[in-house]
Amino acid sequence: MELMIENVSHHYGETHVLEDISFTLKDGEIICIIGPSGCGKSTLLRFIGGLEQPTSGQVLIAGEAPSGSLNPLTYIFQDFALLPWRTVEGNVSLVLEDHGIHGSRANAIINDVLARTKLADFRKALPRQLSGGMKQRVAIARALAVNPAVMLMDEPLSALDSQTRELLLDDLVELWSREKFSACYVTHNLAEAVRLGHKIVVLSRRPGRVRQIVEIDMPLGERFERMGELEETQRHLWNLMREEARAADMELADVA
Amino acid sequence: MSLDTTHAPVTSAAVPRPVAPSGARPVPFRGGGFRHKPLGFVGPLVFVALIALWELGSRTGFISPIALPAPSEAFAAFMDLVQTGMLWTHLEASLYRLVVGWTFGSLLGVSVGLAIGLFSFVRAGFLPLVSALFPIPKIALLPLFIVWFGIGEGSKVATILFGTFFPTVIATYGGVDNVDRNLIRMGQSFGLSWLSIVRKIIIPGALPAILSGFRISASIAIVLLVAAEMIGAEFGIGAYILMAGALFATDQLICGVAMLSILGLTISFFIGKAEKYFLNWRT
Repeated sequence: MELMIENVSHHYGETHVLEDISFTLKDGEIICIIGPSGCGKSTLLRFIGGLEQPTSGQVLIAGEAPSGSLNPLTYIFQDFALLPWRTVEGNVSLVLEDHGIHGSRANAIINDVLARTKLADFRKALPRQLSGGMKQRVAIARALAVNPAVMLMDEPLSALDSQTRELLLDDLVELWSREKFSACYVTHNLAEAVRLGHKIVVLSRRPGRVRQIVEIDMPLGERFERMGELEETQRHLWNLMREEARAADMELADVA
Repeated sequence: MSLDTTHAPVTSAAVPRPVAPSGARPVPFRGGGFRHKPLGFVGPLVFVALIALWELGSRTGFISPIALPAPSEAFAAFMDLVQTGMLWTHLEASLYRLVVGWTFGSLLGVSVGLAIGLFSFVRAGFLPLVSALFPIPKIALLPLFIVWFGIGEGSKVATILFGTFFPTVIATYGGVDNVDRNLIRMGQSFGLSWLSIVRKIIIPGALPAILSGFRISASIAIVLLVAAEMIGAEFGIGAYILMAGALFATDQLICGVAMLSILGLTISFFIGKAEKYFLNWRT
């Protein structure tokens, strides 16, 4: 399954948020979207997931979702979006219940995804008892439970401290090596982008335009060991962004 | 911390412990003082002390029995109620009105509040109406209620029902509005049905606000109960207090008021239990 973003533009009233964004997400590929704050990264992700509609342009799906995929386009949110009144397993089963999956079938899926995210011991815990990293792993488990074709990740690691972020980054790389999911990964963290992205889409400040699409050939599994070689890419990205980021920082936030 | 070039094995013994020079003193403590400590025994103690002081004042004649009867006299009036069996008659009448009025008021209030929270059309149509009717003291409408629902139980139940309905509506739709939008977006992004989102995300999310609305509506219900019973009732705590006042039986009056206070405390105790049970997911 491929996603094609075609000439997407958007404005809220007079404010132009995104202008003429186009790129393609191929099967099994991770695209990172980076850009200064307020450039419309998250808005773009909401268009891709069908939660909002752009003023013009469209997002197209090509090919069938793999069979058994309950929710082909699946989100992972920055603030985890776990229901605080449900336990870990309750939060996972939430997304299965509407597909009529109950009882032992649901149990099997929950066991599987919790094992894959190393949460098997925390089935009955409530979100308030979990650390930030664990909460995000629950959100990842919930996403895995519906067998997504594309994961849409909106700054999934931004709410975490830097050690936890490293750990989860490793987990994501490991997960990708096993499952080869495709993903759109919005972040403002360049280090995350070069660790995870096959392609990195650099957006300019508002109105967000594609400044450059940087491809990185190095296999994800080797990137931790060969961090030195990525340094240059990261510096290149930073050079692209520096002025934009500075200007964006001086802007008044007049759009929600 | 300097980066030493010697590669000494890192053990706890290798870290030199600082030696305090003479004249070193502890940093003066400046924190504390504004944090509350749980002192559960103080509350009841104040109660007991106040009542003891009051009793003492009455016994010594410092407090005139016409101005305020002694607590022991009020208690005697209470025992009188128990012995004649009138306690149950009054209590039954009051509890019936309270329970029926509050239950239906709350049920209707929660339903209308949810509808206002969920449907733009209902909100546009009903919210101005609710805002207009909420500030009317329902007791002012009692004569109308008597005409509509009769002098019997109907008008009293209706007063309580209307009095609890509006605050519940407002608490409920406020709770719905305050449910984390991101949780709803999450539900939508996983393709949950509309009903699932309402049932599994919006209602549990609004529950804290609904329960605290219950707390307020319960005390409003008690106020309205007494007011309604003072206007036209044979039995009930309000009628008992009114009668006592008319006869200047201040001991009975104090006894009735104390019963109301205990009734209120009991209700708030049960709502507290309900909050503990339903909201155990909160910290």
